[in-house]
Amino acid sequence: MAEARQQARRPHGAAGAIVLNGVHKWYGEFHVLRDINLTVREGEKIVICGPSGSGKSTLIRCINRLEEHQQGEIVVDGIELTNDLRNIDKIRAEVGMVFQSFNLFPHLTILDNLCLAPVWVKKKSRAEAEKTARMYLERVKIPEQALKYPGQLSGGQQQRVAIARALCMNPNIMLFDEPTSALDPEMIKEVLDVMIELANSGMTMMCVTHEMAFARSVADRVIFMDRGEIVEMAPPEEFFANPKSDRTKHFLSQILNH
Amino acid sequence: MTATTNRPGPGPISPPAKPNLLYRPEFRQAVYQILLAACLIFAFWTIASNVSDNLARQNIASGFGFWNRTAGFDISQSLIAYSNQSTYGQAFWAGLLNTLLVAAIGIVFATILGFLVGIGRLSSNWLIARICGAYVEILRNLPLLLQLFFWYFAVLKNLPGPRQSFSLPLGASLNVRGLYLPAPVPGPGFRAVLIALAIGVVASFAVAIWAKRRQRETGERFPVLWTTLALILLLPGAVYIALGQPLSFEYPALRGFNFQGGIAIQPELMALVVGLSTYTASFIAEIVRAGIAGVPRGQREAANAVGLSKGLTMRLVILPQALRIIIPPLTSQYLNLAKNSSLAVAIGYPDFVSVFTGTVLNQTGQAVEVILLTMLVFLTISLITSAFMNWFNKHIALVER
Repeated sequence: MAEARQQARRPHGAAGAIVLNGVHKWYGEFHVLRDINLTVREGEKIVICGPSGSGKSTLIRCINRLEEHQQGEIVVDGIELTNDLRNIDKIRAEVGMVFQSFNLFPHLTILDNLCLAPVWVKKKSRAEAEKTARMYLERVKIPEQALKYPGQLSGGQQQRVAIARALCMNPNIMLFDEPTSALDPEMIKEVLDVMIELANSGMTMMCVTHEMAFARSVADRVIFMDRGEIVEMAPPEEFFANPKSDRTKHFLSQILNH
Repeated sequence: MTATTNRPGPGPISPPAKPNLLYRPEFRQAVYQILLAACLIFAFWTIASNVSDNLARQNIASGFGFWNRTAGFDISQSLIAYSNQSTYGQAFWAGLLNTLLVAAIGIVFATILGFLVGIGRLSSNWLIARICGAYVEILRNLPLLLQLFFWYFAVLKNLPGPRQSFSLPLGASLNVRGLYLPAPVPGPGFRAVLIALAIGVVASFAVAIWAKRRQRETGERFPVLWTTLALILLLPGAVYIALGQPLSFEYPALRGFNFQGGIAIQPELMALVVGLSTYTASFIAEIVRAGIAGVPRGQREAANAVGLSKGLTMRLVILPQALRIIIPPLTSQYLNLAKNSSLAVAIGYPDFVSVFTGTVLNQTGQAVEVILLTMLVFLTISLITSAFMNWFNKHIALVER
């Protein structure tokens, strides 16, 4: 399924699913992103970690234009992210996003949450959208919650619904912004299981997380960010076994030894 | 289980021994309730007997005997047939309908204007946001009475006299005596046009329902707005032309010192409606802004992330959630508007308070009855409004576990 989808959507043999070239961003005087260069291949899984305030969330939020970058270029699936509203809409339809705080629509049932964008953005029929929605609910293992409201679900269930909601738009790329940070420990696993399954299906993924076990088992590359820069980028074996920079070592010692 | 205890062992559990009556919560609560009720009854009885003693001493007959007596005064605007030969009871209804008229028109205008200004204040368009901000800050920070005086004395009463009146499009004119609109005079066969209009309205509802169902089933959207407009405007229009335009207008014309004919809208009514609705709209705008701002930022981001446009995000995600924050304070603004309409007395609009609590009370001297009735009327209007709004609020409330 994933292969077919990827072949159907490759406009001009782009260099990568996501290309960032010399990207800078400022919040007023504060330099959040400094000269970010990164190419993510199709199907690649990237895990981004780093201390809070290092710009990792900002980085992935720039990729679907929830934040605007001020310098450099971002190309997603062959489409350059500029001020052109049509490009922004196109990219948002290709890129799914999962947030730390789930952000489900509380006034809609789970099924309506999943069908909203396919019906209004992709102009699918309700029946078709519902079929897809139920299929993804099955995949995240909560088909029985379809007619409940988000407020009636546990955090872990809500986050799985959020993943299903993003998948309903049939995205090429999935972005995860600390998807397990707001969850109780026993719920983290159920969300990570869904993400691992998704990774195995060949989805291109960028994930901000501190779940190092997840990074070890799933990531193709792990990125460490600090003060708005990419400090270190390596495959997980190398990244965890012999980190090069002192900042990375310090960070790893803090999160692995507690 | 030791032998010293005389409690029954395992087996049917006997109820715990009852404490003294005085220490039982149910008994105490009942006593407090009865005491409070007795105090209230005594207070009311004292007030009532005092009032009736005083009235008897001053030889004032109490009761509603005045209701059917001739009022003997005129009311400048009435929705029902009323002359100075009518009864006090008819004056009551004339005044009440005038108040309801102002409240109804005022609520509609205030809601529309308030939502526009409230959303406009959050606009990314610098100029629109500033204009809406200035509107709110000016209108809500000046006393309403002053604003009514402004509209009435400074604006409407400064218009030129009938001879120099402003001509507005479609044969309307505006002068110091009010707004004069052409009055439609239905000719023979005009009923067919009305029937066509009714068919158009019903058909557009049917189309809307059908289009919604089809969208659920096939995903195709139907241009409901345009179809509706065509059905409501073109269908009666076609019938109207086919029947040879069976509707004539009676245009207001200057005869002698004033306009005659047509529909006349008093400047008092205009000033009151404009003043009340622009003033209340400034509060509603703030309520709408707070409601929209009260929806978590993540909701907008999530809607953007799944590709919903700005307009769809507002309509499908933000407003439905903002509404449940907006409704309760909006209700109190509606109630405020209805109550504030009693300021009409200051600019001479014959509203309920001015007619009934003013003139009728003065003429009959039945202060207790008139004031009680007035309170009852406002209480009824307010309770009906808030009952409706509570129902609506419950209807859109969020389901939490």
